Formats: sequence, structure tokens, C-alpha cells
Amino acid sequence: MLLFLLKRTGTMILTTLCLSFIVFFLTNLPPNLEKVAKFAGNSRMSDEEVDRWLENNGFEQPMIVRYGEWLGVVPGWTHETADGKVSGRCIESGMVAQEAPDFCGILQGEWGESRVFREDVSTIVAIRLAQTGKLMFWVMVLMIPTALVIGVLAGMKDGSFTDRTLSTFSIATTATPEYVSGVILIAVFASSAVGLKWFKGTATSAMDGATFENFFLPVLTIALFGMGYVARMTRASMAEVMTTQYIRTARLKGVAFHNIVLKHALRNALIAPFTVIMLQFPWLLNGVVVVETLFNYKGLGWALVQAAGNNDIDLLLGISVVSVIVVLVTQLISDVGYVYLNPRIRIS
Amino acid sequence: MEPLSWGQIMIALLGRFLPVWIALGITFALSITYKRRLGLYGKLFDNWIGMVGFGLVMFWVYTALFAGIFDMIITHDPLSTAIGMKNKPPGTPLRGAEDGDYPHYILGGDTLARDVFSRMVAGSWVVIRIAPLATLFAFMVGITIGLPAGYIGGKLDTVLSFLANLILAFPVILLFYLLVTPEMVQTGIPSYMAMVLFIFPLIFLTILINARYYTQPARRNVILTGLIVVLGWSYLSLISDPETRVAFLPDALDLFNIPGGILVVFVSVVFVNAPTVFRIVRGLTLDIKTRDYVAAAQTRGEGPWYIMLWEILPNTRGPLIVDFCLRIGYTTILLGTLGFFGLGLPPESPDWGSTINQGRKLLSIYPHPAIVPAVALLSLVLGLNLLADGLREESLKD
Repeated sequence: MLLFLLKRTGTMILTTLCLSFIVFFLTNLPPNLEKVAKFAGNSRMSDEEVDRWLENNGFEQPMIVRYGEWLGVVPGWTHETADGKVSGRCIESGMVAQEAPDFCGILQGEWGESRVFREDVSTIVAIRLAQTGKLMFWVMVLMIPTALVIGVLAGMKDGSFTDRTLSTFSIATTATPEYVSGVILIAVFASSAVGLKWFKGTATSAMDGATFENFFLPVLTIALFGMGYVARMTRASMAEVMTTQYIRTARLKGVAFHNIVLKHALRNALIAPFTVIMLQFPWLLNGVVVVETLFNYKGLGWALVQAAGNNDIDLLLGISVVSVIVVLVTQLISDVGYVYLNPRIRIS
Repeated sequence: MEPLSWGQIMIALLGRFLPVWIALGITFALSITYKRRLGLYGKLFDNWIGMVGFGLVMFWVYTALFAGIFDMIITHDPLSTAIGMKNKPPGTPLRGAEDGDYPHYILGGDTLARDVFSRMVAGSWVVIRIAPLATLFAFMVGITIGLPAGYIGGKLDTVLSFLANLILAFPVILLFYLLVTPEMVQTGIPSYMAMVLFIFPLIFLTILINARYYTQPARRNVILTGLIVVLGWSYLSLISDPETRVAFLPDALDLFNIPGGILVVFVSVVFVNAPTVFRIVRGLTLDIKTRDYVAAAQTRGEGPWYIMLWEILPNTRGPLIVDFCLRIGYTTILLGTLGFFGLGLPPESPDWGSTINQGRKLLSIYPHPAIVPAVALLSLVLGLNLLADGLREESLKD
């Protein structure tokens, strides 16, 4: 088990490194750097001015060196202008050049500064992650119990009317991406055209004080898309458990049907959905980006859209590292949890 | 002229889709009559869910074909605007309609006073042209690398699986934002990716034919030469485009050009889908390679590619067909996501994602410009999911 965990952690670190390098590479291609320069200076800069700006800000070094700087394994660049002013990656404003540290990458805890928000990336990511965490927490609270109940009810009696109805409902929710269900939900429950003004169409106010009125629609929108998939998995696993020998034995000795479901079948039927719920995280992250844009809720997904739209390199790297780590950690938890829940499986 | 009531709107809608109803009727009548002779496709018509799904999918396929090729169904030009029709509710009569113009905006006008109904119908043509083809390419890529990963295993499998998991761990939207920008098209990276991704169908078919006719060199050479000339030429003219960095074919030899925006959308959708297909194919191969008929083929001395493509692949068709249907739906969702974030396709494009994106800004006052494409997308994806479910149920029966 320990060996397995070590191996997985190694793969995780390698994956994160590769992915952050890909993001770094794509955001640092020449046309993107030109955009950055024009954003920092002005949009009518000539090509020579752009080149000079890039040189003054350490962008002329080879890509791999700058990736090392960002990571914190290569000393940060310094640049001396003609009049003796020294600037550098690690020299913050108001700091004497000699006192500045040599290395300043993410290994030293320096995530860089966002060019769009003019703030430290670590601060932005922490604030936005907390907002998204709140959203995800309520999504889970709504999604998991509902999906499990739907799945168990549908899988209890294979082929029954309840099964047909609930399965069709699950298929319908998996076929509805967030930008479709969000639009329909807002139009029905929040627009003046239909008149049912039960909820609010934006969730901006939910960032400080979430209430049922301003937070239910975004939560429901994300939950619906994931719900159908988890419910179908639960249904399949429940239907399989209900055909096993020990359930038949329990029925033959006269245990009441609700007791069979709750006490005998449920425990074994819930192993598979657990894995699926964990593996839903990457998908839910996608949904988060769409829903945060649609409902104007300023979380990590919203920040991602802002950063990507303006080629805010440091912020984009920060957000992608965080989201990749979230995805990989949930995958690891799902694997470990599966082994823990199912004693028949042994790793190594 | 009076605005249409809701009942009249329904009748007008049904009337506009008349060619589609006729085509659907013929398809269903023929299929149900001959369903015993049509294999898995025929069995679909024993299953209510499958039939509903098939109906929904074919509805959009026929709509797209009639609108895109024969210019039927559409009432107004999806790109042109009309005076005084901005944000008008469904059923509003067209102001200043001349003879020959359709007298109403059946489903209202959007914020730029364009006809919502015509844009929705024109949007289906965009989706039906891109989604199935992109999925097919993703399958070619996934199968070509998934089969050896599962069959040969070892280091190859480790490396390929690592790469697939790498792409899968990426948030899809971030990848789209990085790949589908005008700056990225300028660097030529999508064109290089297209070069790599589009060669897979060529490799796949070449190996397929070569493995089959290896023992009859004369016949093989003829077929392979024909295949490579035809496909190779279309491959070269597909990737060569004077507007991008990859432009090497002279105009006289270049068969067709794909607009840069469409190409990058296509490439990124294939790129995102291929790793999942790879994982499915690899899993199926790992399962099937332990079967007796594979051992028999190995004992006969068949080559590894023959076993993979002609022994293993045909036996994975059940799950692959089902996944193909589901994946077209997922690709449609991805295309919508791209449109929703305003990436890739031009802003005036009538595809459903872009239309939803434009409509959502005034959603709480005028919901109809966003609702119509949303419902259209929903029904197509739902149809594909139901179809996949029906196929799965029927293929499990025997």
C-alpha cells in the first residue's frame, strides 16, 4: 500500500510538472508575449518597443530557463539598464537589489503577480478557491443524496415502472449541459417574462451571504448534470447486487423488502458509486467554469476565464496547477477508498 | 397583420418542418417493415427508448441536410437583420414584408433583430457537419494507439497511458482557451496538431488493408496504392492552407481549404476526445486478448496487427458503437461550450453555443433567443443518449 501511494505521488508530481510546462509553453509563445507587452505598455507599441519591453522584463531568455525560474530551480533574472537601475524577477518594488533572494518560484511560495488584477496570484487563488469550494460543497450536498436515492429506487426492481421513469430522468439530466439547464432554469424561475420570480438570476450577492434565493439555481445547475451519471452508476450496481445469491437467501427466509434493501443490499451497492462520485470532480470543474460565468459568481472558474481571456500568465499557471492537483488528488482518494471499501481488492 | 397565437406558432413550426416529417416517416416505415433483415439497426425498432432516440437524432440530421443543402425550412437569412424586429416575441409579423418573404418571425427576433427560428435551424447544419466527423477522427486516433497499448503492453502501454491521463487531467475549458485563440492560430500550432491527428485515419486504413491482404501481394499493392493516393491527397490538401503556416501545396493541387476557425475547433475537439476513446479501446483489448480465438490466431502465426485489427477490433464493436453515439453527444456539448465562451467560431455564426451566449445577456427580460437553441441542443444530445441506451440494451440481449 505504501509503495502504491509513493508511486502514485510520483506520477502525480510528474503529471503536474508536464501540464504546467504545457501551459507555460502555450502562454509564452511569441504572439501571446506580444499581447502581454501591449497590455502592460500600450496597444500601439511598435515592434522594437515590444522587443525592448520583453528584454527589460526577462522574457528574452530561453523558454526552459524561464520555466525553471517560475518553478524556483533557476535563479531569477536581473536586468541592469543604462542608468544603473537594476530590476529583476525577485526584486520587488522598494527592495534593494542586493537583498533580494536568488530564487523565487513556486517552490519558494512565490506564485507571481496577476497582471490583470494587480494582486499576488496566491491571494487571488486562495480567495477564489474558497468561493468555488463553497459552491462545490453545496453541489455535493444536493447531488450525492439525490443521485443515490434515485439510483437505489431505480435499481431495486429492475425493469419496473419506477425504474423506467427514473432512468429516463437520469439520461435527460446527463444530456443537459450546464449552459443549457442554466439558461432554462433562469428563464423559468428568474425571468420577468415567465413571471415565476422565485430565485435570482445572478449569484454575485451569494459570494458574501449565500441565501436559498440567490444560491439555489447555480448549485442546482451543476448538480443536475452530474446527478444523472452517478444515479445511473448506482442503479447498475444496485441492480447487480439485487440478483446475487445472498439477497435471494434473505428473501427466502422472509426478511421484509425494505430491510433487504437497506441492510443487505445498500452496503455493497454503494462501493461503485463512491468511485464515480470522486471521478466526477474534473467534470464538475468544467461545470463550475460555465456556471460561474453564467451566474456571474466570482470563483476560480470565473478567474480562469478572466486570466485566459487576457493571457495573464502567472494567474493562469496558478489556477491550472491548483485545478490539476484537485483532479489528481480526487483520483487518488477514489482509488484508495475503493480498496478500503472493498476488501476483495488488494493492491501490490 | 396580427401576431400569431401560440397555437398558430405550433402549426407554423410543424408546417416548416414538413420535409423532415416526410423523410422521417419514410425512414421509419422502411425500417420497421424490414427490421428483421437489418441486424442490430433493425433490432433498435423493437425498443421504445431506442426508437425515440433515433427519431430525435434523425430529425436533426434531416433538418440539417434539408436546410444546409437544399435551403429548405429556413424562413429568413440567418445573418441578416430586419428593421423593428429587435427582441420581438415569437409570432411577430415581419414589418414591411414584401411578396415572397415569410410573413412572420415564428420564434421571434434576437438582440440584433435576426430570426431566431432560422438561426436555430442553420445552427443544426454547423453541428451535424462537425460533431460526427470529429468523433470519427477521435475514434480513429483512439483505436490506432489503443489497440497496441492494450495488446503489446509493457513500456509502450505505460507511456501512452501516461500521455492520455495527462490530457485527461487538464481542465477542458483551459485547454480550449489556450488552443482556440487567434494568437494560437498565428503560431501555427493547431495546424501542426492537425498534421499529426489527421494522419491517423490514413495510418489506420493502410495497416488495416495491409494486414488483411498481406498474403496476396499483387492485390494488396493495387488497393494500397489507390488508397494512399486518394487519402494522401485529401490529407495534404486538408492540412495545407494558404492562410496558415502550413502552406506547401500549390493552389492547383489544393482540393479544399477549411477556414482557420473551423479547423482549430475541429482539432481541439478531436484532441480532447481521443484519450477517452484510447482508454476504452485499451481496456477492451486487455479483456479480449485472453480469449481462445486470439490464442488460436497467434498459434496460426498471424502477425500482431492482423490479430489486433481483424480479430480483436471486430469483437469490440458493441461497446464502441454505443460509445460512439454517446460521444457524438458529448462532442456536441463541447462545441456548444466553445460557442458559449465565444471561442473559435466567428461571433455571427448561427451555431447553438454562440447563440445561447448572445441570448444569455438579456435572459431575464427576453428569454426566447437563448431558450430556442438551448432546447434544440438538449433534444439532439438527449436523442443520442437515448439511442445509445437503446443500442446497449438490444446488443446485450443476444
